[in-house]
Amino acid sequence: MVFAGTVLAEAIGVEDGKNVCQTQSYGPEARGGASRSDLVVSSGEIYYPKPLKLDLLLALTQEACDTYFPALKEDGVLIVDSGLVDQLPDHKVHGFPFTQIARDQIGTSMVANIIALGAIAALTKIVSRKGLLEAIKKRAPKGTEERNLKAAQLGFELTQRKKRARKKR
Amino acid sequence: MVKTTIQKRERLILGNRACAEGAIAAGCRFFAGYPITPSTEIAEVLAWELPKVGGKFIQMEDEIASLAAVIGASVAGVKSMTATSGPGFSLMQEHIGYAFMAEVPCVIVNVQRGGPSTGLPTKIAQADTMQARWGTHGDYHAIALAPSSVAECFHFTIRAFNLSEKYRTPVIVLTDEVVGHMREKVTFPESSEIKIINRMKPTVHPGWYQHFEVNPHFVSPMASFGEGYRYNITGLTHNPDGFPTARPVAIKEKLDKLKNKITHNVNDIVEIREEFMEDAHIAVFAYGIVARAARQAVHMAREKRIKAGLIQPLTVWPFPDVYMEHMLEQLDLVIVAELNQGQLIREVMRVNTGKTRVRGLNRYDSELITPDQIFQKIREEK
Amino acid sequence: MALLSKVTHQYLRTKKQFPNVWCAGCGIGTIMGAIIRAIDGLKLPQDDVVMVSGIGCSSRMPVYVDFNTLHATHGRPLAFATGVKLAQPNLKVIIITGDGDALAIGGNHFIHACRRNIDLTTILINNSTYGMTGGQVAPTTPFMKIGTTAPYGNRERSFDIAKLAIAAGAPFVARGTVYHMVQLRKLVEEAIQKKGFSLVEVISHCHTLYGRLNKEGGAIEMLKWQKEHAIPISAAGKVPPEKLRGKFLTGVLWDIDFPEYCEEYDKVMAEAQGKM
Repeated sequence: MVFAGTVLAEAIGVEDGKNVCQTQSYGPEARGGASRSDLVVSSGEIYYPKPLKLDLLLALTQEACDTYFPALKEDGVLIVDSGLVDQLPDHKVHGFPFTQIARDQIGTSMVANIIALGAIAALTKIVSRKGLLEAIKKRAPKGTEERNLKAAQLGFELTQRKKRARKKR
Repeated sequence: MVKTTIQKRERLILGNRACAEGAIAAGCRFFAGYPITPSTEIAEVLAWELPKVGGKFIQMEDEIASLAAVIGASVAGVKSMTATSGPGFSLMQEHIGYAFMAEVPCVIVNVQRGGPSTGLPTKIAQADTMQARWGTHGDYHAIALAPSSVAECFHFTIRAFNLSEKYRTPVIVLTDEVVGHMREKVTFPESSEIKIINRMKPTVHPGWYQHFEVNPHFVSPMASFGEGYRYNITGLTHNPDGFPTARPVAIKEKLDKLKNKITHNVNDIVEIREEFMEDAHIAVFAYGIVARAARQAVHMAREKRIKAGLIQPLTVWPFPDVYMEHMLEQLDLVIVAELNQGQLIREVMRVNTGKTRVRGLNRYDSELITPDQIFQKIREEK
Repeated sequence: MALLSKVTHQYLRTKKQFPNVWCAGCGIGTIMGAIIRAIDGLKLPQDDVVMVSGIGCSSRMPVYVDFNTLHATHGRPLAFATGVKLAQPNLKVIIITGDGDALAIGGNHFIHACRRNIDLTTILINNSTYGMTGGQVAPTTPFMKIGTTAPYGNRERSFDIAKLAIAAGAPFVARGTVYHMVQLRKLVEEAIQKKGFSLVEVISHCHTLYGRLNKEGGAIEMLKWQKEHAIPISAAGKVPPEKLRGKFLTGVLWDIDFPEYCEEYDKVMAEAQGKM
């Protein structure tokens, strides 16, 4: 989660040229445990480093969805992993089985968060696709660049397919 | 494991990494430390980067040994530092006192977390504020700088080295878990744009050299081991020549020197950031990360036509007594916002002549004070 | 003797620092003489010698000798010395420490210095007690001996310093006594020349406190005890085991080779700088 937050911050901050402040919250465990990454974006100077009301919430677990949904703005965007979050707080939810797709199409659930970033880029204007891909190239651990870039592409396409599907209906 | 090389002027980086890169930019070439959350990234970055620039990194058996090694390296002529958090900072107090007494330049970064004891390893507090000032035994006068952003982590670490070299004294960088683990975009200066201060070297013949010479600047030139000036340093109270003494006159002279080199240079050491203070009746006094919430809060107050302003000490110690006395004269109310049960407020109250109302806004539940909390406090108390 | 003291004299800070703090008959002065003669014998320039000590009677030594001297905190001279040596590997760094300094408060630093193998020479002066604070029980006080904080006799086991150092990884471990001062000088010389961490334990005596509390006599009696109880390691094989009981071995007890840290770190720097 922290890695995804960092990639998104890199994309928006350095590649897209806005001001960003990324913080995180985690327990003492080196692996596992609940973790959260916060991102504040502004064209001006950022004072308070943590978000107060959310424009966008990406929840990969039910617990995260339940905990942070109340902080989402009225017109905020909620994206969830539909394979892991089954009780939805709202009907205006973008749900995709990120973890499932990651496992099936790339062979590891590790990249679920990057697929989700791809979906964010496609669904919102918060980050450019180009910026996101550049940030992944820069930030992905050596040897995982291809896998992560592919994951982002999957994310882009995922939402397009869903949009198209909607139109047909 | 933390990797990558220092390059490119504009980068998104972690606060702790910015401290490490600031150290290298300042000329730090020795780091000794012990792993502790939330400061560990500073050690990890320097373990990678120091050998690239001909510097040395060593992980010691504990924080006591870490600061001892740092002092040893500094006496041998190399700019040195360590980084830690609360529990390790407690262990380092013994050698903070030694560095102060033996007048050894060095930098100690304390990435504050919740306490007391093991407390909250991954959560924020500003509860070492007073420990940074009074932590070791005996009378001593600390310098502590408090960054509130990733860019400031870089610049303040450089400044910490500069002050430490200039005044031959340990300097503390008092950051915290949020600043240390925050990523922001930083525009790095060219190395030619960075001002570097190095310790003053003796010009006298070794036979005349006094390692703790008493002079009008209160700072003695410092030779390194191996340079032909064979001197003694000790944590015992000593004469200007470095040898132990028990003469009351010499003891007072030494302790006065240690005090005066800080108190006579407050104007050079202290830096304060103000916002809307030209016409403010109410001031929020906050340092580090809390100052950012306070800044937003005073902007919120101004939108409601409340004449509030921000006083952010960038240097927590020494405390700006004269400046604050002057400010308190003009203010009706000061709100001291801090992530502890009320530490820096004691200093504000100390210099207050009783004319101004001083109120604390404290949070110590591991969460940040929000702009809204400060704004509400301004509204309640105004 | 006159010649010996003439050599020693050149290295002392005679003008300012004497008389010293040690009791008449103390062994530390003799040990200081042996160290100075070892340094003189090796022709080490005074500017290149750093002497680091902790706190205690023995740790006062650096104040009296004309080298680069660092009188550190109690128990931590090895940690200070680690920084000095890494910063300036060309300097010869000698640590003077006592049994309480090195093994009680500094025990952790001691075993890690042994393990880390930085080129440091440690002279550990063992007088079985805390002298400066007044004869308290130490980690080296033998079982049932008296200390002011063990008035009914010490009920703890004492450390075997050499075995501890060897087990912790020190590549060079030697033992000498104040009585055998010619041998001591040689041991110190060898220790200084050893590339890596070297330890010389010196059996000394505190007649003022330990000797008096345990009715072991004055300085002369205690020196005689050293003479009678020391067995050179070279002769140990020829002595029947029952005669070794209650005695201690002297000489170079352990000497192996292991990569030295500063040299290893040079390789780290070369690798980091892409020179390899």
